[in-house]
Amino acid sequence: MATIHVDGTQYEVDGGDNLLHACLSLGLDVPYFCWHPELGSVGACRQCAVKQYKDANDTQGRLVMSCMTPSSDGTYISIADQEAKEFRASVVEWLMVNHPHDCPVCEEGGHCHLQDMTVMTGHASRRYRFTKRTHQNQNLGPFISHEMNRCISCYRCVRYYKDYAGGPDLGVFGAAGNVYFGRAEDGVLESEFSGNLVEVCPTGVFTDKTHGERYNRKWDMQFAPSVCQNCAVGCNTSPGERYGELRRIENRYNGAVNHYFLCDRGRFGYGFVNRKDRPRRPQARRDGQLVTVEIGAALAQAANLIKAADRAGKKVVGIGSPRASLEANFALRALVGADNFYDGHSSSERALVARSLQILRDGPVPSATLRGIESADAAFVLGEDVTNTAPRVALALRQVARGKAVQLAAQKHIADWQAAAISDIGQHDKHPVFVAAVGTTRIDDIAAATHRDAPENLARLGFAVAQAIDASAPAVEGLDETTAALAKKIADALLAAEKPLIVSGTGSGLEAMLTAAANIAWALHAKGKKVELVLAVPEANSLGMALLQGGDLNLALEQLATGAADVAVVLENDLYRRADKAKVDAALAQAKLIVIDHQDQATATKSEVLLSAATFAEGDGTMVNFEGRAQRYFQVYDPTYYDAGSGVREAWLWLSDLRAQVRDAAIDWQHFDDVTAAIEAAFPALVGVIAAAPGAKFRMKGLKVAREPHRYSGRTAMRANISVHEPRASQDADTALSFSMEGHNGIQSGDRPAALIPFAWAPGWNSPQSWNKFQDEVGGHNTGGDAGVRLLDPAANASAAAYFGPVPNAFAAQSGSWRVVSLSHIFGSEELSARAAPVIERAPKAYVALHPEDAARLGVSEGSLLDVILVGTTVRLPVQHKADLAIGTAGLPIGLADLPFVAAGSAIKFMQVATA
Amino acid sequence: MSAAKLSGDTHPLTYRIQPDLQPLDLQAYAAQDGYAALKKAIKELQPGDVTKLVKDANLRGRGGAGFPAGVKWSLVPMGADAPKNKYLVCNADEMEPGTFKDRLLMESVPHQLVEAMIVAAYAVQARVGYIFLRGEYVVAARNLNRAIVEAKQAGYLGAKVCGGDWGFELFVHTGAGRYICGEETALINSLEGRRANPRAKPPFPQIAGLWGKPTVVNNVETLCNVPHIVLRGAAWFQGLNQGKSKDAGTKLYGVSGRVKNPGCWELPMGTTAREILEVHGGGMKDGLKLKCWLPGGASTDFLLPEHLDLAMDFDTIAKAHSRMGTGLLTVVDDQQNIVSVVRNLEDFFARESCGWCTPCRDGLPWTHKLLQSLERGDGQSGDLEALEQMTRFLGPGKTFCAHAPGAMEPLQSALRFFRGEFEAGIAKPSAQVAA
Amino acid sequence: MSTAKLSSNADSGVIKLAELQKQAAVASAPFVMHAEDRAAIEHETHHYEDPRAASIEALKIVQKRHGWVPDGAIAQIGALLSVPASDVEGVATFYNLIFRKPVGRHVIKVCDSISCYLTGYDDVHRAFSDKLGIKLGQTTADGRFTLLPICCLGACDKGPVLMIDDDTHGNVAPDTIDQLLERYL
Ligand SMILES: Cc1cc2nc3c(=O)[nH]c(=O)nc-3n(C[C@H](O)[C@H](O)[C@H](O)COP(=O)(O)O)c2cc1C
Ligand code: SF4
Ligand code: FES
Repeated sequence: MATIHVDGTQYEVDGGDNLLHACLSLGLDVPYFCWHPELGSVGACRQCAVKQYKDANDTQGRLVMSCMTPSSDGTYISIADQEAKEFRASVVEWLMVNHPHDCPVCEEGGHCHLQDMTVMTGHASRRYRFTKRTHQNQNLGPFISHEMNRCISCYRCVRYYKDYAGGPDLGVFGAAGNVYFGRAEDGVLESEFSGNLVEVCPTGVFTDKTHGERYNRKWDMQFAPSVCQNCAVGCNTSPGERYGELRRIENRYNGAVNHYFLCDRGRFGYGFVNRKDRPRRPQARRDGQLVTVEIGAALAQAANLIKAADRAGKKVVGIGSPRASLEANFALRALVGADNFYDGHSSSERALVARSLQILRDGPVPSATLRGIESADAAFVLGEDVTNTAPRVALALRQVARGKAVQLAAQKHIADWQAAAISDIGQHDKHPVFVAAVGTTRIDDIAAATHRDAPENLARLGFAVAQAIDASAPAVEGLDETTAALAKKIADALLAAEKPLIVSGTGSGLEAMLTAAANIAWALHAKGKKVELVLAVPEANSLGMALLQGGDLNLALEQLATGAADVAVVLENDLYRRADKAKVDAALAQAKLIVIDHQDQATATKSEVLLSAATFAEGDGTMVNFEGRAQRYFQVYDPTYYDAGSGVREAWLWLSDLRAQVRDAAIDWQHFDDVTAAIEAAFPALVGVIAAAPGAKFRMKGLKVAREPHRYSGRTAMRANISVHEPRASQDADTALSFSMEGHNGIQSGDRPAALIPFAWAPGWNSPQSWNKFQDEVGGHNTGGDAGVRLLDPAANASAAAYFGPVPNAFAAQSGSWRVVSLSHIFGSEELSARAAPVIERAPKAYVALHPEDAARLGVSEGSLLDVILVGTTVRLPVQHKADLAIGTAGLPIGLADLPFVAAGSAIKFMQVATA
Repeated sequence: MSAAKLSGDTHPLTYRIQPDLQPLDLQAYAAQDGYAALKKAIKELQPGDVTKLVKDANLRGRGGAGFPAGVKWSLVPMGADAPKNKYLVCNADEMEPGTFKDRLLMESVPHQLVEAMIVAAYAVQARVGYIFLRGEYVVAARNLNRAIVEAKQAGYLGAKVCGGDWGFELFVHTGAGRYICGEETALINSLEGRRANPRAKPPFPQIAGLWGKPTVVNNVETLCNVPHIVLRGAAWFQGLNQGKSKDAGTKLYGVSGRVKNPGCWELPMGTTAREILEVHGGGMKDGLKLKCWLPGGASTDFLLPEHLDLAMDFDTIAKAHSRMGTGLLTVVDDQQNIVSVVRNLEDFFARESCGWCTPCRDGLPWTHKLLQSLERGDGQSGDLEALEQMTRFLGPGKTFCAHAPGAMEPLQSALRFFRGEFEAGIAKPSAQVAA
Repeated sequence: MSTAKLSSNADSGVIKLAELQKQAAVASAPFVMHAEDRAAIEHETHHYEDPRAASIEALKIVQKRHGWVPDGAIAQIGALLSVPASDVEGVATFYNLIFRKPVGRHVIKVCDSISCYLTGYDDVHRAFSDKLGIKLGQTTADGRFTLLPICCLGACDKGPVLMIDDDTHGNVAPDTIDQLLERYL
């Protein structure tokens, strides 16, 4: 701790931070540009100048950059000093020399850090009267627009993109007054985390292209605290809506999870919400055709189907979904009964997710938060291509490698915020990250060593590492010398670390991959290491689904195919993505289908009744992320406000109503909170769901929390095309949020709980930098605690656990048959984001990847077509050569819209040269 | 030019230079005590002894800032715990407008610098050295490279310097332009193959420089003094100034501009500007009068004719609110408009900014445009105040490195001494009303 | 005390250090790095702890052969030194002696810093402009000369000073430029 004096007031601060960090953490406003809590200090912009005095008696003082000055004990500074103020205003004046006067037409306007700092410094009139330099802009792909004339050369973009995110293709060019930030040539930005540039850039150089065409001001959008739906990491987001359309997604700060950054899938993949072809009203089959019906009619028809089945003594199966909320899944379970409730994963994924849950819940090793990942000093990524299955984890892993430089610098007494000095000192020094995968991955560049092999062999490597750490772990028979040596090397590196991290997941489809990873973690735990574990699971609510303990999907399909069950209620799920086409066809041919979904998908088209569900943007829900954190997302807007006839309703509500109708009983769940209460009552393992966010009764100073900034404009006009009478704002009985600018919107001591902050705004701070005002210290935890509740508590099982077996046999290539290895794609493999236009643009076309030698054996060359024979269907795919694949394996890009279901894991498929 | 042969006792840096300026080869250099200092250092002195000698001699840096070389070296970690790789870098980027001394030393006595670097590297126990040479000095590059080959053949460079157990490799690294490369931390970035943005200090290069390793950066002239100090001793070096200054040694002084005999000479430290200009430089060209002068490069404050009798050393010139800088005078004659002269200087500084920090990157081009405007006579009221604000806010400590503060020195002194000429550039109110 | 006047040898005759092989830019043709250049760049990397340090020299090696650094060279240098192409381009565009656009067969760099400014830069540069019909930054239509400004060449005692290719010329007067240019075909 240290005592510092700011403008005559004494404060206790950490002492290890720089003065800018300290002042912002104290709630004092000091303007800045080049500094960023995640990027540290480089002292380039000179905006953060304050006056520093030698001691209490020094009246002279000198200007220093607060970001480059330690907040050591006995520091005397003044922010209010006249010269400091004049200098800071000058800095903005210099930045404005070349900045255009285009705020009114700039999409950054209204949430622009440069605007905020301009106002904060008081620079108001321009003296510069000469020409401005102009630049050409680049086409950077479908996600990001580029307007270089607005650049203020703070260097944040390259520092984020290159140093932090490891992207190679954004650079700084030119010199002196003509510095340019962009790619060496036009083209798509390669990094999967490029979207953060939009928030990292303090002005409108890099902006969200998906928002650009229909942009509106931040103050004119309605927001809700939300959680990304596009993978199991569960990054917190702040989606913004106007006119019943999602306009963009921004990062929502969570000090334990994503803090300042999202991946591009999460940021730009929201287009499925706005799709025109979404079922927005319920439909029912009449004369073989699905036609739009009233809500009541749809419910009645669905209820009749169920009742008829009941009468006929047939079962009604409910198939849940790992992309639907706990509440929706639980409501389905309540409708069909626990015995008839089925897990929405494919059969094999269900087993994998259950195993992951078991490892995380019953083992001695805690799951890592993203923040926890970053603090590791060694990592082993086993069999999981995290960039494509849990993208944000990959960005966190990069920070593991970078941590070494911080450590080296510390030995030279250089503080962790001295960003440039740290990277100069630790140029090629990295903490060890080992990557074992079926092919190249996007984090190979930070790897101390990479290993590529078939999944079984990767798992064997994992078991061998565990055994090398702790001899009592199961041994691997018949391991070759090089693999054994690699295992030893990895084991040694993990043992040398203080806080090693093991990363794996369900992506390989192999259960042994998970158990091998667990064994390594157990072994390190047995050796007294502070080890943590990351297991990537397939979808946003995969762990939540597993916690609800539904049955195996294949059983449900069997029941339907055999006629034991007559009706299937399918929740937010396209069964064709979950099982072989033939199997699904057989089941659905017999069954009467009730589908509740917000997307127009293959299963939905076969339904008798299609109930139009809300997306995350139109409803509330809880998801359990990969670490076991229950997180609440809230409805962003009410679709009926713009379209009174909208039939978009939350799935739990549809199901609850349906249950009441089936039972001819009164509706027992009036509100969302009733559902979470029922969940906790039914599942002790899910206690914590209620606390994931404050309930509907919560009030701040007697007020609900406002979803809209208090400057929200045009409310009376925005519906004028429908009716000139402005309706009452929609009421939200389910949550503590209001659909309005009326409500609480305080900051700092008067702030809302982290789970209830819809958007970042504080007086004078309109940009995302205002998150600084919602943290216990800048870049630290949210005030009042990070949002979400961790459901899994491994501290309870801290004693050693038994090792898993068995060790799989080594993979052996078979002639005439190939083992499918699943290749995941950040853009394309995830169902919902793959329905967003800009993501479609980035997604690959379906292909089959073969080792060139295998391809040669088959006599196929790159690009030629192959008929791939899957269970019950055949697809014709172009061949890609992939020399990093093991011989005898065939890579298939899982989840692509134009590719049928391929069982995750070890299904062996036969392939034939196309005759065409 | 055809003066009597100089003596190493009084003109250590230049006495070996041949009248035709052709470089001395190893043989010729060795014949004039060449490499004697190196042999002495390796055979008779511990590394720390060399540093102590240089410290005792009070050798101050000749790159412009005058930091004592021995003190700089003593900050380098030494001993068994010190990092294995340490570096010595010679700053041969000489690009300060008006400066032309290092070129001379490197083109004519390349072995002197090579020997100096080996001795200095021995003192700090560096294993590799680089001469960071500006790209335009092609003759110097050729001569230095040849000298390095000869020195290697003679066993002065390599794994076992002079047969001892300390090894040293030396490379010429040529640049590709940009004045900022002369700033020592920008130089390090440039040497690493990066954009030449300066680095923040601390950490100082002696602790974490090239590739994060301890690194000493010294100017060519600074280093060239070292072998002589080792050979003849600290007391001798202290006495070279003939009592003209508190600062020790000789100094390469020079003069350029419209003078009769522009050139560069080795003179006792503390020689007066008047002697440099009038005795050695032959005075102003006929018909011209001295208006003002820059004592040591574009980034020093102007001084007036009345300052000519000041001793050219670090402290004396500093007392007159300027800096000795590189010690090569640039004289401005009375036919020059000071606004144009300063406009030329600021054009240089604006163009050579690295583009890293705001005041420098955006303030200097604005300064330049304001001066252009005043030069054309279409300045506006408030322009002088804007310039004055620039001189305050682009000053020391406010920008990332000393480039912009250097740029402000001639501007602020010109505004002080010749304000009327600037005011004359402001358009008459009537001209403004006309539109 | 007698003191000899010392001077640099900038005007001690023209030394042809390198006969630059310059070829006209063919924008569409893919860049092929000459094997000798590749070897030279690889050799350079051995002088440093990190091959990145050779990036400026690599650009200069390529420029020596082609007269400028063609677009395609950037990525190839990056691959050779294991640094991103964007870093190579960042370096290439930072340093003023690296040309990222085609230049003439001969590059005239006229010092415009203070001492040369005081001793006649304006006249000299205007004389070149008039003679060649180009402004600073431009190349003659016949591709023979490119005219550029450059900062202090460290030969201020001989102002005005300029360089043509690798040769430094001091005390340049407007009426001597014809003779000077004759030497550069
Ligand atoms: C903008 C700028 C340019 C500089 N250029 C040079 C230069 O060309 N040569 C030089 O020796 N020092 C130059 N310096 C000074 C160096 O930073 C450094 O102080 C010097 O090389 C140290 O050597 P010395 O202690 O031997 O003088 C420059 C400094 C600045 C701020
Ligand atoms: S904040 Fe500070 S000096 Fe500091 S330069 Fe940047 S932000 Fe700027
Ligand atoms: S000013 Fe031109 S060579 Fe120095």
